Amino acid sequence: MIEIRAKLQRKHFKLDVSLQIDTRVTAIYGPSGSGKSTILSLIAGITQPDSGYIAIDGECVFDSESKLNKPIHQRRIGLVFQDGRLFPHMNVEQNLTYAFKLNAHQQQLIQPAEIMQLLALDTLKKQHPHQLSGGEKQRVALGRALLSSPKLLMLDEPLASLDDKLKQQILPYLKLVAENIQVPMLYVSHSKDEISQLTSEIIYLQKGRVRTEY
Amino acid sequence: MQALFSFTPEELAIVWLSLKVAFLCVIIILIPGIAVSWLLARKSFLGKSLLDSLVHLPLVLPPVVPGFLLLLLLGNQGLIGKHLHSYFGFSLAFTWMGAVVASAVMAFPLMVRSTRLAISQVDQNLETAAQSLGAHPLKVFFTITLPLAMPGVITGLILAFSRSLGEFGATITFVGNIENETRTLPLAIYSYTQIPNGDLPAMRLVILSMILALGALMLSDRLERKANQKIGRQTHE
Repeated sequence: MIEIRAKLQRKHFKLDVSLQIDTRVTAIYGPSGSGKSTILSLIAGITQPDSGYIAIDGECVFDSESKLNKPIHQRRIGLVFQDGRLFPHMNVEQNLTYAFKLNAHQQQLIQPAEIMQLLALDTLKKQHPHQLSGGEKQRVALGRALLSSPKLLMLDEPLASLDDKLKQQILPYLKLVAENIQVPMLYVSHSKDEISQLTSEIIYLQKGRVRTEY
Repeated sequence: MQALFSFTPEELAIVWLSLKVAFLCVIIILIPGIAVSWLLARKSFLGKSLLDSLVHLPLVLPPVVPGFLLLLLLGNQGLIGKHLHSYFGFSLAFTWMGAVVASAVMAFPLMVRSTRLAISQVDQNLETAAQSLGAHPLKVFFTITLPLAMPGVITGLILAFSRSLGEFGATITFVGNIENETRTLPLAIYSYTQIPNGDLPAMRLVILSMILALGALMLSDRLERKANQKIGRQTHE
């Protein structure tokens, strides 16, 4: 379960949300500038709210009252970004094992070999990121995030930079992950079509506030 | 013609001394150079522009000035040097180790300029991605930032090495021009030009300098290309 109460004031933007998320796959939907990605940043610890409380899986990671602010690397969040962010000096296999080795002491969610099979990465493992297509990069990024054995997987518009054809190729993989791996997923998108293929749990965000929750 | 390439043992000893000074110079500035570059590239703090200016000062000052300041600071009667001398019997002025220090001061800004630029060009989003996977900031630095900045670090080191090989003003002011102790290549060439019949040995040392400089440039090119390939960046042939 994720609990987030956060206020954040920026020059041209104000965020004020209070959410409790306890569904397996949840989508955050809204127009650009509505604060979707900011919520992910707050949960991940990339951005700090002015005030609030954030807990992941019952563990508090931020509390402005008790001045608690766990750094990103201790929050155990798997993040998939729009642009993949694969490490260019490592091949696919090294990108994947980087995440796995860092969390070797944790209870493992999934093994590298299983991920490579699930996301069809076996044939790509010796390739470097610059040799991969956009869709392949996103599959590796997804695999890498899962191999860090996160308590929560967050995807920030992971398909936004892909064309429609590629999107349709990646979506089945996302569904596979959602169905096969026991990790809560938070999926940010501004595409209703994408979301409807993954979940019916949608949080609608507008101008930094939650409008409808269903 | 043959006389130009028949190097005497004394001349080879000069080359050896210069190489020793240059290698040690690069070794002692490696870690502080990377640390200062990282600070300047990634952090904002009080006195940052002062640190930046101080680091770059030797680049814009006449080299004799840092040499003289080193003498005031580290000379046997100097502010720090006198304590080194009286407590440890250790002196830097007029020794080859002092030549290393003088070159290090002069080469440091070149190392920092190149490394700092390289670090600031590393995509911080990649660092955040590594952190989100559970990597401690120090781990992120050694596994992501530093490898991706490596081509710039290598360029910086080669620039520093070459600067050290060519160092003249600060060296002669701080450690003098003592045969077999502080007389590096440029000082030896200068000395030969000051004596009758010195042109031929001077010319031989000039040839040696050129071989060393070309070697350093070629090595730098090769290493940089390798480092670029490693991070998946294309280099132009």
